Amino acid sequence: MAAPVVTGEDLRKTFRAPGDGGEVHALDGVSIEVHAGELTALVGPDGAGKTTLIRLMAGLLAADGGSLRVLGIDPAAEPQRVQDRIGYMPQKFGLYEDLSVQENLDLYADLHGVTAQERSQRYPQLMEMTDLGRFTGRLAGRLSGGMKQKLGLACTLVRSPELLLLDEPTVGVDPLSRRELWVIVEHLVRDQGLTVLTSTSYLDEAEKAARVLVLHRGRALAQGEPAGVTRIAAGRSAVLDPGPGVIVRSLQARMLDDPEVIDAVPDGGLVRLVRSGVATPEADRATIAGLVPTPVEPRFEDGFMVLLRGTAAHEAGVDIRLQRPLAPAAEGSVVEVRDLVKRFGDFTAVDHVSFEVRRGEIFGLLGPNGAGKTTTFRMLCGLLPASGGTLRIAGVEVARAGAAARSRLGYVAQKFSLYGALTVAENLEFFASAYGLRGAMRRGRIEWALRQFDLAGHSHTASAELPGGFKQRLAMGAALLHEPDILFLDEPTSGADPLARRAFWRRITALAEQGVTVIVTTHFMQEAEYCDHIAIMDGGRVLAQGSPAEIRGLARAGEGRQASMEDAFIAVVQAARAREGEARP
Amino acid sequence: MLESILRVIALTRKELLAVLKDPRARNSLLLPPILQCLLFGYAASYDLNHVPYAVLDRSHSVASHDLLSGFEGTGLFERVADLRTQRQVRDYVDDRRALLAVEIPADFARRLRAGRGADIQIIADGRNSNTANTALGYARSVVSAFNDRWRADHGLPGPAVTVAARAWYNPNLVTRWNMIPGLIGTLTMIQTLMLTAMSVAREREQGTFDQLLVTPFRPAEIMAGKALPSMLIGITQATGVLLVAQLWFRIPFEGSFLTLYAGLTLFVLAAVGIGLVVSALCQTMQQAMLFSFVLIMPFALLSGLTTPISNMPLSLQYFTRINPLRYAIDIAQRVYLEGAGLGVLMPDLWPLAAIAAVTLAAASWMFRHRLQ
Repeated sequence: MAAPVVTGEDLRKTFRAPGDGGEVHALDGVSIEVHAGELTALVGPDGAGKTTLIRLMAGLLAADGGSLRVLGIDPAAEPQRVQDRIGYMPQKFGLYEDLSVQENLDLYADLHGVTAQERSQRYPQLMEMTDLGRFTGRLAGRLSGGMKQKLGLACTLVRSPELLLLDEPTVGVDPLSRRELWVIVEHLVRDQGLTVLTSTSYLDEAEKAARVLVLHRGRALAQGEPAGVTRIAAGRSAVLDPGPGVIVRSLQARMLDDPEVIDAVPDGGLVRLVRSGVATPEADRATIAGLVPTPVEPRFEDGFMVLLRGTAAHEAGVDIRLQRPLAPAAEGSVVEVRDLVKRFGDFTAVDHVSFEVRRGEIFGLLGPNGAGKTTTFRMLCGLLPASGGTLRIAGVEVARAGAAARSRLGYVAQKFSLYGALTVAENLEFFASAYGLRGAMRRGRIEWALRQFDLAGHSHTASAELPGGFKQRLAMGAALLHEPDILFLDEPTSGADPLARRAFWRRITALAEQGVTVIVTTHFMQEAEYCDHIAIMDGGRVLAQGSPAEIRGLARAGEGRQASMEDAFIAVVQAARAREGEARP
Repeated sequence: MLESILRVIALTRKELLAVLKDPRARNSLLLPPILQCLLFGYAASYDLNHVPYAVLDRSHSVASHDLLSGFEGTGLFERVADLRTQRQVRDYVDDRRALLAVEIPADFARRLRAGRGADIQIIADGRNSNTANTALGYARSVVSAFNDRWRADHGLPGPAVTVAARAWYNPNLVTRWNMIPGLIGTLTMIQTLMLTAMSVAREREQGTFDQLLVTPFRPAEIMAGKALPSMLIGITQATGVLLVAQLWFRIPFEGSFLTLYAGLTLFVLAAVGIGLVVSALCQTMQQAMLFSFVLIMPFALLSGLTTPISNMPLSLQYFTRINPLRYAIDIAQRVYLEGAGLGVLMPDLWPLAAIAAVTLAAASWMFRHRLQ
């Protein structure tokens, strides 16, 4: 076998944390091999060290320790020689938004000194592969998120690199474009024999790679074929049918608290489990919570969760209890949106959107970046005036909502917006005062938040210096201090690791059980399974809405498996785009 | 109402904490105004003290020596050369070795003794008209002192009219006396405007502004909570400059602190109002920073601190009426140097109140119709 294209051994890289000078071990002794003609995937949640590792290979960072060879060259010593032979697509690819698709391509071809003859050969290939041929004259800034990524990939491939490094090429991209991007990448590897290293936080994508390196907090948890990771969960995966009348997420939340259960997620109306013990004939007959589990084939995510659980102690059960009775259940809907329209100039960002949310429901707004869900969300919170339509929350017109109406809302912004210079305790104190909490009540609620979100140990840490997961917890704590009736969450789980995401949903489930109404946006399709109702948005319109089961029903089941939420999303979007195509002459 | 006040207090506390906890922000609050004040006090002065001059004395008489000793006696002049030829005068002035050249003709003493009056020539380097004028003024007073002495010594009648000039409020006409009180307003304005404009822009950029808007805070409360800390900080900075003026430069304070602080409070309110308008218009900190700079330059130039407003073209003079700094400098200088009371300062106070009212109303309107 030929020598590996990349060999890295015991790589270390430490960054100084902003502020008080603590250290972050982005890479803590990681070894990696990338073989020629193969697709290798770096898998792990945000902050695992994926980007750092890729930047080391591209010669953009020098490691603190360990040895690294890319195409036989030390990238830290001779970055230019490596860069001449590789293609690197960073997370935010540098497209010039005011240049057209063609101009962007030409620019990158010029930068890399691609000759006119090579271009005449390369361009048609790239256009065919990315399906961008129809849009060469369009400004890059006006492309959808998925098309921008394809253009970025095309620009990276204007000359033929020997190794292609992709840093999370599919993050924030809608499922349809995500699938198309993967078709391109697989084509590059299979048909053109290109060596590709890609990072991803989507676990299903890792299954497509020949080799995976599972990273978590700068350490490698596993390396090898993805099937090897999947096999870790062999005999442990099962599904439970909650039966009629039981809310899937409530059962799933209970399962997570079971020490025998490593992982539980709602999946297609069932609860999917990974048990800590391998199934034996006896164990199979044993019931869990009075239900009989049905063993199923493990998948990559199951193995990944077993690995991840090994790094963290089993979190104690969440007991999130409201201390005050909520307003009595109102008849009808808590949130009522009718024909909501938002225009920015001649661009319609939200186009006649209508939906209703009942008390105690979890309502999910799903869609790719740019679908209009954040705009809708901001109008719901009164942060953006609507151009048309009506918006009522608890019977009050949002535009007219006064301080009293706002005091019943809780809001967690996309980036968990907190005052970075202030400590955890000071942030909580400020928001408690903002919501009019005083005296013993205030102290009690702040203590509650510190305890509930496990923040007591960090209460004197400046919030900017909190690790990512803790920022989300603090944002949740601040939003729940005043025990709101309605909770708005904008992409609350983006960037969180799978364990943190499960803990988050367990709290949301507990709150909904107590009557809190939750409205949440997400681009993780599987998270739709936690919702009572979802609306799928694309291009500013609601393409479909209903319960997760109803939405799944819109897609045809694949061979031998039930349709997933992602299949449903793709079916819905494709159908809508096809209709639009017909409508146009 | 109580709820409202408590919320404003909470926001004010948070703003102050955010500023005071950040070491960089904390240091940039007091240090730069005091350093700038010291810098201006020493560097920005129209007073000349080591005027280099050259002498071409063709008379070589007792009288000419007497005249020249007058130059030495002031302590303001420094003789750099005794020249012999006209040609050398040109050289010395050309390469800036001398700012002035005093040329005394050969018949100087003879004509004086004959009672016919003698001419001397003083050549000044006019490339900097300001400095040349000041230096010539000094030279003229040296010559007129010489004339007085000569007349007295030779029993000649004195001039019919003499001017006894007294500069009130600044008897020695030291630029510093005029400059430093003016800086109280100028330095405070720069920091207050920037601080206010940036504080909202920072929250916008970091997403915390949305968080603030969904809490029960009303727009007016947010504005008050943003305005109060900036005003507090502005007044503290003004106090810093005031202390430097009194304790370091020892410029005597003639007025009442109450009057001065009343004027300053109105002024800082107007500056905060402008800052809030800027912040309502800007989405990012970079925009807020640029916008503030664009405003501060003309405000400082058209304030009357360095150049008199009455010398500006009429259209610019109208503009100075909406410049809060113009009034603040007037208030500070008049209270500080002449001890003016509130009644006399009314023409300065009501425009400040008007500017504050208009900008705060505009900012609050923009916040309510925000984020279009």
